[in-house]
Amino acid sequence: MTPASVRGRPVTAPAPGAATRRWAVPLALLGLVVVAVTISLCVGARTTGLPTVLTALLDPASLGRDSADVVVVRDLRVPRTVVGLLAGAALGLAGVVMQGVTRNPVADPGLLGVNAGAAFAVVLAISVVGVGSAVELAGFALLGALAAASLIAVIATSARAGAAPAILVVAGAAVTAGLTSLTTLVLLGDPAALDRYRLWTVGSLAGRDLDLASSLAPLQLVGAVGALALARALDALALGDDVARGLGFRPVPTRAAAVGAVVVLCGTATALAGPLVFVGLLGAHGARALVGGRHLRLLPVAAVLGASLVVLADSLGRVVVPPGELEVGIVVAAVGAPLLIALVRSGRAAGL
Amino acid sequence: MSATTAATAPGAGQARTAPSASGPSALARVRRADRLRATTVVLVLGVLLAALAVTALAVGSVALSPAEVLGALAGEEGRARFIVTGLRLPRLALTLVVGGALGLAGALLQSVVRNPLASPDIVGLTGGASAAAVLAIAAGATGRTVDLAALGGALAAAGAVFGLSGRGVTGTRFIVVGVAVAFLANGFLGYGLTRASLSEAQSAFFWLVGSVGTAPWGDVLRVAAVLAGVGVVLLALRRPLAATGLDDDSARAIGARPVATRVTAILLSSVLAAVAVAVAGPVAFVAFVSGPIARRVRGRGSALVTATLVGGLVVVGADLVAQHLVPGSLEPPVGLVTGVLGSPFLIWLLVRGERRKELSA
Repeated sequence: MTPASVRGRPVTAPAPGAATRRWAVPLALLGLVVVAVTISLCVGARTTGLPTVLTALLDPASLGRDSADVVVVRDLRVPRTVVGLLAGAALGLAGVVMQGVTRNPVADPGLLGVNAGAAFAVVLAISVVGVGSAVELAGFALLGALAAASLIAVIATSARAGAAPAILVVAGAAVTAGLTSLTTLVLLGDPAALDRYRLWTVGSLAGRDLDLASSLAPLQLVGAVGALALARALDALALGDDVARGLGFRPVPTRAAAVGAVVVLCGTATALAGPLVFVGLLGAHGARALVGGRHLRLLPVAAVLGASLVVLADSLGRVVVPPGELEVGIVVAAVGAPLLIALVRSGRAAGL
Repeated sequence: MSATTAATAPGAGQARTAPSASGPSALARVRRADRLRATTVVLVLGVLLAALAVTALAVGSVALSPAEVLGALAGEEGRARFIVTGLRLPRLALTLVVGGALGLAGALLQSVVRNPLASPDIVGLTGGASAAAVLAIAAGATGRTVDLAALGGALAAAGAVFGLSGRGVTGTRFIVVGVAVAFLANGFLGYGLTRASLSEAQSAFFWLVGSVGTAPWGDVLRVAAVLAGVGVVLLALRRPLAATGLDDDSARAIGARPVATRVTAILLSSVLAAVAVAVAGPVAFVAFVSGPIARRVRGRGSALVTATLVGGLVVVGADLVAQHLVPGSLEPPVGLVTGVLGSPFLIWLLVRGERRKELSA
């Protein structure tokens, strides 16, 4: 009896604390998403009370089919909330995968030019090829993201690991600048495309419809499953290529698969919400601070953080400059740039 | 670059590493070789620039012979006179001074931060200037107010990068903070663009990639005056500037104040970048590429004059390409040419620089 309790003590004593910890983070994240979605549905030029929102969602007939509240909530806010969640989650996942595969704490699909590649391809598709349907546009976005990601991968492998963080960021800035020049070249000859592009390029969730989201969602799911399947390989890669090889992982195919996942995730996110910078960076670092370095936990947490961030930034943008709106991309940049600076200053980004 | 300078350069390097071998005469030889190389480089670049300038004045929808161009410049009356001095010369002069200002701004920043990536277009100075100018345009400002806004934007970006990167302002931290500031400026810029009307957005868009289409002499003179003023200040500062090539402790040991010098240089670089951006827009990558090219041809020693000339050469050349060599009816702004050509150059420099380090390590 006594020996058992003595022996049991070290086993059971930490258990309550550990259990609380284990449940605290998922519960907090769940709460965050619920709060973000609620705010996104309620807040806007016309503030809607929570009971009205719920009625509009569950029982629109009681408010009258054409009531302004029903139209605003069901046709405007639900689509942009869903699009924001999908795009943010994809970028959060992509950020973690990119940071893992480049072993670089400042990797972010926006900073590294992957989104600029998708943007250029979208502009080409609108202006030169004359593509109209959203799904075809998304296809072009994927091709553009693939091209830019491959370019960055080549640069990353040729740079020495120690110097890589800064080199990669600047290479990303160079890729972004070059692609922006090409994008501009196309747009200057085409005022109609410029008009669509200037609203799209800041990253916006306004006026997106659910059809696009539902047609891209399966692809995003594939990307997300791919990223999760890579979790253990990314853990191994974090120890260095030689150790990873010793553990039975093959670095080169892992990297190729990771680039594939990043391309699918970023391409679809960009097709949905326009090029958003810093979401991947913020999601990944927030996740690392919450749950540490294991990718199997990092990935879902980063996805949730990214999704909440985009939805909250979008809601903030709706009220910050009344009667107009601040696009989500601008809000995210305003939050993300100081974070990157803080990260560099804290010295946590090794090698900076 | 003549054969003599090429032959003396390696010898000069040896003499520097082993000065005790032949005493002061070796030092004198190094100095002489350095002066010779500086003169040669400036002369060669000057000749290239003159040749490019005559070409720029001669080609166009009415082709002129070099003799006609020179005649018109010398004051001969005739149809060539109006085409050359009325139409083509202002544009040439503007490309020249804008290129010079951006080249000098880039080389100055790169040399005091001691990092080839620290150019005004990468660390957000031109981004700050453009964002402020576009916001001013969207708010209805014109003319001088837009110029002042550009200057304010560049200085604010410089202040932010300088203040936030902290201690000493060197190394990659400065660069990454700068990239963050550049992206932030880009966000504001996008905001300004969405708030403007479509026609305003279109003209802002043209300006944003850097264009020298219309060139009133007032603009040319303003940029030239700033360039000259900064040149005079730099001439006065040449000794402290040379000391920033040392590490900070050594610089302090010989009586220099490296941080104060760096702050001054960053301010001057912001002013140059802002005035060029206000007139011609952020012509992509000129500030970035001029320094490394200048250093390659100049060898050791201050490359600021060389970089100014290289900047002018790059923009005049790119504008020639934009005006005459791009097929199709659309004549792209000069910044598109430099952007499309400069981005691969930057990437190549990054990849190659790393390879070289790998070899030596």
